[in-house]
Amino acid sequence: MDRMVPYPSNSIVPERDVDKRPVLETHHLGIDFGGLTAVDDFSITVGRSEIAGLIGPNGAGKTTVFNLLTNVYQPTRGDIILDGVSTSRKTTAQINKMGIARTFQNIRLFANMSVMDNVKIGMHNSINQNLLSAFTHGFGYRRSEKASRDEAMELLEFFNMEDVAGAEAGALPYGAQRRLEIARALATHPKIILLDEPAAGMNPSETAELMENIRRIRDNFNIAVMLIEHDMNLVMNICEGICVLDHGKVIAKGSPDEIKSDAKVIEAYLGKKKEADNNA
Amino acid sequence: MTFVSNLINGISLGSVYAIIALGYTMVYGIAKMLNFAHGDVIMVGAYASYCTMIYLNWHPLLSILFSIVVCTILGVVIEAFAYKPLRRAGSLAVLITAIGVSYLLQNAALLIWGSTPKIFTSVVNIKPLSLFGGKLTITAESIVTVAACVLIMIGLTLFTQKTKMGKAMRAVSEDKDAAELMGVNVNTTISTTFAIGSALAAVAGVLLCSAYPTLVPTTGSMPGIKAFTAAVFGGIGSIPGTMLGGILLGIIEIFSKSYISTSLSDAIVFAVLIIVLLVKPTGILGKKVTEKV
Repeated sequence: MDRMVPYPSNSIVPERDVDKRPVLETHHLGIDFGGLTAVDDFSITVGRSEIAGLIGPNGAGKTTVFNLLTNVYQPTRGDIILDGVSTSRKTTAQINKMGIARTFQNIRLFANMSVMDNVKIGMHNSINQNLLSAFTHGFGYRRSEKASRDEAMELLEFFNMEDVAGAEAGALPYGAQRRLEIARALATHPKIILLDEPAAGMNPSETAELMENIRRIRDNFNIAVMLIEHDMNLVMNICEGICVLDHGKVIAKGSPDEIKSDAKVIEAYLGKKKEADNNA
Repeated sequence: MTFVSNLINGISLGSVYAIIALGYTMVYGIAKMLNFAHGDVIMVGAYASYCTMIYLNWHPLLSILFSIVVCTILGVVIEAFAYKPLRRAGSLAVLITAIGVSYLLQNAALLIWGSTPKIFTSVVNIKPLSLFGGKLTITAESIVTVAACVLIMIGLTLFTQKTKMGKAMRAVSEDKDAAELMGVNVNTTISTTFAIGSALAAVAGVLLCSAYPTLVPTTGSMPGIKAFTAAVFGGIGSIPGTMLGGILLGIIEIFSKSYISTSLSDAIVFAVLIIVLLVKPTGILGKKVTEKV
């Protein structure tokens, strides 16, 4: 018997997510800057525990999509549905509370704060304490402070960073800063985490570790991961569904194998075959 | 002994500057704007305390509390109506708005209380401390002011290091957008900053007028500008730097008044600022921010 698929059948959703509601859907999402259409008709579905990839040539609008999803830019058109709820008219902070967390293409840690405090800022919404309790150091404060410290420590241990908890975030080596950014995002208890070029500037062994970490994040926290990445080896290896963006439009969606052999994708990355022949 | 007495007066005046400067520095650090109306909030605080003490015969402590409440509300209201709508506007628009708010407050005070100076009764009713057989007299106001300044500094440091809101403030001051993406409510954080800064302004207003009892609608503007100078002098955005800047500025002012010239003291104060900024543009304790390219 055919399984009922509750969302568009062209989306690639892993087997384990098939009978569950998708965590993220976008419907005909678009944004114009002045007269320029940066992203148009962007419709995707991401499964609950899917690792999804968003790829495309430079300037295709990938980071713009992330900014739309987090309401850093207000969409001109279309809807974003997170776990069945529309995120329109929600502020960036509220969207984070609803379950979308992200990292940045160029690292944006709170460089002058400790590694521990960076993670704690991520946990901001779940820490319950007020000014009075902090000054009196009452029972409630100590308990919530201890709980948040324990949770932050667990997250740091997950990324092998427990030894540098007290260090200033800006003083960490590059790879550790990248991991801390992911830890900080995870501290907000997201349903989906958006990673903007997580492998940028990494050597092959660091990239391999990152791939392992992305899988562990999905398996341990049971959340969806959506990543923008130029490293095709990484994308093809860990992504279950891939969406290709070119000039702000989706030109292909599918599994890694489908994307690899898609004529439009090859054209977007390598140029038209004919032109290439003519130019040669 | 004159030297010691001058030094104490300088530290005391400097403590007032420091408390005012903290308001400038916190707002600048978090909202990245210069709130030039801050000095006039001090004046409103002093009037609030004056009126409750004189007309309603309130106890000085109660009048201080009232003044703190009035200024806190005023600060939050100013932020919500004048600055919040300009959150995405250029910094020049915000600066000009702040100057406008400053004139609005001064003229509103002129309308309500008139231009005749009010004589502020000190909130400290303790006899001056007499040391070395009367050779050195320290006013109770000086002691209370310095103590208040130290307490406020300790309180603020604990607040920004230990509390959730304090951490949110530091995060917003470092990267507003990233903080927002981590679920920090930037608007609430900025409002809280204005509330704290304005509450401090009330305390500063009462202390200032207790030491220098003439109260007119422009009472806040000169101390406001000097406190701003102190914040820049010490390193705007840094709490210890601002404290240090305030106290140094107070000492410089009193010393130039007693050893050089009373009328030139303000000129000397600002000359020192210019020299410090030429040598160290970020202020004494200000951090140099290098943007990685």
